[in-house]
Amino acid sequence: MPVMPSALPPSDPVSLQRERADWHGALQAATLFAIDPAGMVGVRLRAPAGPVRDCWLDLLRRLLNLEGLRRMPLSITDERLLGGLDLTATLAAGHPVAQQGLLAEVDGGVLLLAMAERLPAATAARLAMVLDQGEIHLERDGLTQINRTRFGVVALDEGIDADETLTPALRERFALDLDLSLIAPRTAVADADDGQAWLASADDILDARERLAGITVPEPIIAALCASAQALGIDSARACLLALRVARASAALDGNAEVTEDDADIAARLVLAPRATRLPPRAEPEQEQEQEQEPEQKQAPQPEPQSAEPPPQDQPEPEPPAESPPEQTPDPQTLEDRVLEAAQAVIPAGLLAQLVTGSLLQQRAASGKSGAAVQSGLRGRPAGTRRAVPNGSQRLHVIDILRAAAPWQILRRAQLPPGQAASNRIQVRAEDFHIRRIKQKTGTTTIFVVDASGSAALHRLAEAKGAVELLLADCYVRRDQVAVLAFRGRSAELLLPPTRSLVRAKRSLSGLPGGGGTPLAAAIDAAALLADSLRRKGQSPVIVLLTDGRANVARDGSGGREKAQAEAMQAATRLRLLQAAVLLIDTSPQPDRMAAQLALTMHARYLPLPHAGAAAMSQAVRAAMQSGA
Amino acid sequence: MAVSFPFSAIVGQDEMKRAILVAAVDPAVGGVLVFGDRGTGKSTAVRALAALLPKMRAVAGCPYGCDPQPGTPSCAECAPRKAQGEPKSVLKPVPVVDLPLGATEDRVVGALDLERALSQGIKAFEPGLLARANRGFLYIDEVNLLEDHLVDLLIDVAASGENMVEREGLSVRHPARFVLVGSGNPEEGELRPQLLDRFGLAVDVHTPTELPLRIEVVKRRDAFERDPDAFIAHWHKEDEKIRRRIVAAKKRLPDVVVPDAVLERAAQLCMALGTDGLRGELALMRAARALAAYEGDTSVNDSHMKRIAAPALRHRLRRNPLDDAGSGTRVERALEDVFAA
Repeated sequence: MPVMPSALPPSDPVSLQRERADWHGALQAATLFAIDPAGMVGVRLRAPAGPVRDCWLDLLRRLLNLEGLRRMPLSITDERLLGGLDLTATLAAGHPVAQQGLLAEVDGGVLLLAMAERLPAATAARLAMVLDQGEIHLERDGLTQINRTRFGVVALDEGIDADETLTPALRERFALDLDLSLIAPRTAVADADDGQAWLASADDILDARERLAGITVPEPIIAALCASAQALGIDSARACLLALRVARASAALDGNAEVTEDDADIAARLVLAPRATRLPPRAEPEQEQEQEQEPEQKQAPQPEPQSAEPPPQDQPEPEPPAESPPEQTPDPQTLEDRVLEAAQAVIPAGLLAQLVTGSLLQQRAASGKSGAAVQSGLRGRPAGTRRAVPNGSQRLHVIDILRAAAPWQILRRAQLPPGQAASNRIQVRAEDFHIRRIKQKTGTTTIFVVDASGSAALHRLAEAKGAVELLLADCYVRRDQVAVLAFRGRSAELLLPPTRSLVRAKRSLSGLPGGGGTPLAAAIDAAALLADSLRRKGQSPVIVLLTDGRANVARDGSGGREKAQAEAMQAATRLRLLQAAVLLIDTSPQPDRMAAQLALTMHARYLPLPHAGAAAMSQAVRAAMQSGA
Repeated sequence: MAVSFPFSAIVGQDEMKRAILVAAVDPAVGGVLVFGDRGTGKSTAVRALAALLPKMRAVAGCPYGCDPQPGTPSCAECAPRKAQGEPKSVLKPVPVVDLPLGATEDRVVGALDLERALSQGIKAFEPGLLARANRGFLYIDEVNLLEDHLVDLLIDVAASGENMVEREGLSVRHPARFVLVGSGNPEEGELRPQLLDRFGLAVDVHTPTELPLRIEVVKRRDAFERDPDAFIAHWHKEDEKIRRRIVAAKKRLPDVVVPDAVLERAAQLCMALGTDGLRGELALMRAARALAAYEGDTSVNDSHMKRIAAPALRHRLRRNPLDDAGSGTRVERALEDVFAA
């Protein structure tokens, strides 16, 4: 039973085939990851919670022969993550006893990061540090330890927007990047029911691991992988190393002693393609078109890809058409072309458009966009401790309490009534109490909402860009952030998620599109949403709206000045309820009643600046921040 | 501690390697900041430094590794010992101490020794990372992500060269002179200007763009990962050569002269770039002298100056956010102008 089109209601054969090809790639990735989880560092698995993701995880679990994968919650503390003092044991023993953290406990296994798109930057940086060094350097609570630990990570990324994803600091370190969000459950489940073990069994994985260390890589293969990475615009040297490891795992699975070209193809598809930032210069436009329609045409490098595409499910070998004898001395140029082609073939169609505008560079995690507010006094980053008796919302810092109490133990025991003096319990008094100090970054985030519609758009955007950069250069001492929303055509787009990095702002704002209608209501809604989520994270938002106030596109995308204006006013009223500081800069050549009225409705400060330069604008914003934030 | 990649096996990245070697020759240059994209081998280079450093002489049993020479800063216990003549000393490796993210304040500055306090009721000071880094290097990976309260501590100690601990009834002060080495990715956040100021040299690293270099990077890294011991053994001779050059350079350093003409060039360069105060000139001077010493020269010339100007000055420029050129490019431009004249 080579294919099962009859078993499934095939709505659209092309997309179904693509889906199956994607799913096959995902299974291949799981198999290779199981062989060398620590070497491949991690997998980013972008998929909503659901049967497809469960199916993939279940397969991985079976391949690894594990009962369950170790989960790491988002809110994990440094103590549990890295290790620290074991309080119960310390108190019982009377001397410090160390406790291992999650990262040490998961040694040799696989760590599951739930909701990875919301992983805080601080936690991600600690994780990256441990992954890089293969050991945990612990300098906490009076303990100094170095623990070796090697593990792989599966990051479950449930983000919806392109911006909402795992932080690049980790994504860059992970070899594999899978997107299962377009795979229908029936594709995955049908496969799981039918041919569970058609890629490999847990025993195959164990065998492959044994072989892994002995596998050699011919130099032309290394060269081809590096050249492909360069052609695809991948800067990091890590990508090539990771591709090499994937190729090695693939060779080990096939039982080869040496990495073959097929292994290199697989590595290029799984590791290099998702990282591409541009298409190779040689690719002609027609070729791109062709790919957009039928990416799987080139999926398999063999001459008859269509017939070879869906592998027979009862065949144990993952690469059924790999029988073609490996050439002994492949010409480096053709090898490079071939590897590159393999990678190029799986670059998703939608990505092509993104690649052209270079907007892929913008991908980043806006760590936690919405979400419930945490109880005050408990959020923020640790900032030491101080001596105080806690009230309801503060946490005790037990180790510092012990430190404060320790020198007095002999005296205090001597003062105890005779019957209790012998007990070696630690005597703690109220004056020993220390509470954790937690500092919350209460910086300001300035949200620029820029009208990019109409003919003056380019000019206004350039000014806004200048103002953003001036503000960032000026404000980063105070840890202020800047975000940019642009609106044009039918909707508003978050061009620059809140950031304090000047470098990133420059990159994201370098190529701004302009022109089209004015969807003012949608823009105000988007700004209000962003302001609200920022406030939930403890930031004070300041909204700077650059517009002439002449809306002509309604929320549903339809034209019509009247409806658009009415909706804009509605949105403005709602924004007022947020009570955020708003500055409306009227950019029209002749200051207009509409904009002034809009400002009044949203309780904004109104500033007609028909030819606002970057400097004037940043000054006005600073004034608004001081009064409003 | 896991073995680190040999310094001499690092492909390309000449500016970074030069800056690290200069800091190793003359700690007074004041630290190196390595900023760059992910996966460019920033931390690899810094961690490789530890293996290159010649040993130093320290007072036996001193937790701060005090210098036995008279007239050098010493801790409360070594000061009286030194007053009675040179104390017993041992040779020990120059410390390269990692300040990991997630470190707590008590481990950084030192705190009450909990073990002895709990079990014996003795109030004793347990030195922290700053004590261990004295006379050596303190390395902070992802320095721009370090918690603010730790940055405050560092800024103070790095300027005064002394760590003062006033906590839990302890009152301790000890020397903490170290070369600060930081690395990070500028996309993840800017560095506090005060901390930036503590670094003598700042380096921007990029992935090499030439294909043969990139292939070599991957090949060497792969070889290292597969058999670290053999790889290190293979590069041991090269590393040893660098180490000997550092030792020789340290000896030669006091005798390296800076001709007036070179001093004048440095002043012109700093003026053209508009760096604040005299700091830039001093840093440039020191770095150029250390570079001359490392290269076996007895006097500083234009070539030394040209090659070290970018790292010494790039982080001292006044920011001009509307100038898209990186600060390194601005230094290059100024160099061309000054040396063309």
